[in-house]
Amino acid sequence: MKVGLFVTCLVDLMRPSIGFAAIKLLEQGGCEVFVPVTQTCCGQPGYNSGERSAAKGLALKVLDEFEACDYLVAPSGSCSGMIKTHYPDLLSDEPGTADRLARLTAKTYELTDFLVNVLKLETVPGTFSGKVTYHDSCSSLREMGVKQQPRLLLEKMPGVQLAEMEEGETCCGFGGTFSIKFGEISSRLADNKCRNIEESGADVVVLGDLGCMLNIEGRLHRRGNTTTRVMHVAEVLAGIHRE
Amino acid sequence: MQVASMHFVERAHDKLNDRELQKNLGTFKTRFVGARARSITELDDFEGTRDAAKEIRQRVLDNLDTYLELFEENATANGATVLWAETPADVNRLVLAIAARHSARKIIKSKSMVSEESALDHAIEAAGLTVVETDLGEYILQLNDYEPPSHIVGPALHKSKEEVSRLFADKHGTAKKTDIGELCMEARLVLRQHYLSADMGISGGNFLIAETGSVVLVSNEGNATLTTTLPRVHVAISGIEKIVPTLEDVATLMRLLPRSATGQSISNYVDILTGVKGAGEFHGAEHMYFILVDAGRTGVLDSELRAALRCIRCGACMNHCPVYQNIGGHAYGWVYPGPIGSVLTPMYVGLENALPLPHAATLCNQCGVVCPVRIPLPDLLRTLREKQVDRGLRPWTERAGFRLWAWVARHPAWYGLGTKIGSRVLKWMGGSNGYIRKLPLAGGWTEGRDMRAPAGKTFRELYAQSKRT
Repeated sequence: MKVGLFVTCLVDLMRPSIGFAAIKLLEQGGCEVFVPVTQTCCGQPGYNSGERSAAKGLALKVLDEFEACDYLVAPSGSCSGMIKTHYPDLLSDEPGTADRLARLTAKTYELTDFLVNVLKLETVPGTFSGKVTYHDSCSSLREMGVKQQPRLLLEKMPGVQLAEMEEGETCCGFGGTFSIKFGEISSRLADNKCRNIEESGADVVVLGDLGCMLNIEGRLHRRGNTTTRVMHVAEVLAGIHRE
Repeated sequence: MQVASMHFVERAHDKLNDRELQKNLGTFKTRFVGARARSITELDDFEGTRDAAKEIRQRVLDNLDTYLELFEENATANGATVLWAETPADVNRLVLAIAARHSARKIIKSKSMVSEESALDHAIEAAGLTVVETDLGEYILQLNDYEPPSHIVGPALHKSKEEVSRLFADKHGTAKKTDIGELCMEARLVLRQHYLSADMGISGGNFLIAETGSVVLVSNEGNATLTTTLPRVHVAISGIEKIVPTLEDVATLMRLLPRSATGQSISNYVDILTGVKGAGEFHGAEHMYFILVDAGRTGVLDSELRAALRCIRCGACMNHCPVYQNIGGHAYGWVYPGPIGSVLTPMYVGLENALPLPHAATLCNQCGVVCPVRIPLPDLLRTLREKQVDRGLRPWTERAGFRLWAWVARHPAWYGLGTKIGSRVLKWMGGSNGYIRKLPLAGGWTEGRDMRAPAGKTFRELYAQSKRT
């Protein structure tokens, strides 16, 4: 099967290793991975800021770029959630897109959901040992229905010990432009999240979205915590990561 | 009420640094969230009940004129008078006219958020009459020089027992009490005198039942019952959207309202008040008025935000909102805080007077998940953001920034060049330890966080390299 990888703009710019980790996992599951080179962004920053027409142009671009794939998979609940749950609204008045859009949303998956429910991956290539806590991103959890999938995958790694944190389903405070417009509130939410992560006793917080990742990582560092590591679930599962 | 929503950021800053408030908010969060989670498991089909409740409320809104006329007809047949207030000022005018007609000097009130919209208490006092709030939370706030409510269900839950204890001792001139039971008893003794001497009672309305012309009041302290049945005159003030077709429908909604609000299976009191006291009846007011308030509601009804009017004022959205949980209700700057407030406030007071509110949410959708009538709050907030853009209410720099971003993102070659440069600049900014402490144009980020610098090459560069080798 031909799987189109939606790299996401934040992975492209901030953490390319996650894109390569996603490719490795998909190939392990027997996929032919296709990476459209013209891809940029799903349009969510514009959509969530009320800039609907700006977002629409990008949605149409994604629609074209992934037309030839059997699936669209993104290492992000946020971007896959944008495509799957918000494109139908965004493109609702765009003539002639309804059928193409229905095909796109039906084949769009968050990475761990795809690995568990479509590829039914039995083993993962990464080796990791330590205590990890999983941070559910709002969009993975509440838009894409991702909760057990990453945990099931992590449990396939013998060295991984999972520890749930308190208030695990509470937002980390990122919220896209919210984190800049309301920096103080956003930082407080991130601070609460960091405290819960630290209290879980985990060596690593694992997550599936770049926004949360930058936010939590940045707040942990500002708090002076240089020991708790922050890793994307794809990096852990694939055994590919920075340093 | 004065609108202070434009100062959201400054107000939130104060609240985040108010240690007493932060302590009180911590207690509030654990209690309400936990209680709701436990109580909804009592229902066999909670999600199905939410569907039914949503359908009832949506049907009302889609046929609001019909149901309002039916309500007016039935309420009038029971001896009540139905009056219509187009603006908040009309609410105050009508209340004072009723008071004058019945020579009322002292007015008692049970909790009514809609009366906060028009600052009714101030209007009553300005007319030389006495008004006493009887809901314990509202009473505390009235004593504290009309401090505004910070929550639609628990108006004073930003206050601790110690603060109330100091306030009571100060204002009542009594010995300071520390036990909650004793404090309640003290308030009860003061209020009891007012119930017995008041000429007129004002209530809000949780639901207005079209088929019976009744008002439903959901409460826990018994004050609503006393306020509406002891004085000669009862005035129920309610938004026009609070209509429910039948008594049966109220039963459905009541399965959700207390559970979503306070985690109770049922509130201590549910009053269903229908018409005036009949011949030979012992309880009830001799004169009953309904003031049905528009004050911006028809504007919402005619917009893409109609779903917001399904709200049954349980407060679950704010109880579960991570932003509200950390700053409380006062920061929002008007009557209704939290997610539903950030939707209603701009619609009621003007988009331009509440610009920060639709943006003051992470769109995490915790509110949408708990809303008993399935109001898609994040979608409505996003719609308001679009309205701000359409009306030219965003800063030109922001608009220009998005236009540039959208153009570049549609032109992959330029985008690739931009991110290539960007990743290198960010790497350089990260210096030797790899963390950026100050970001130009994104100072809000680095105010409380660092940014881990990228490795210096984008995915698209590295991927192209890997394909070449």
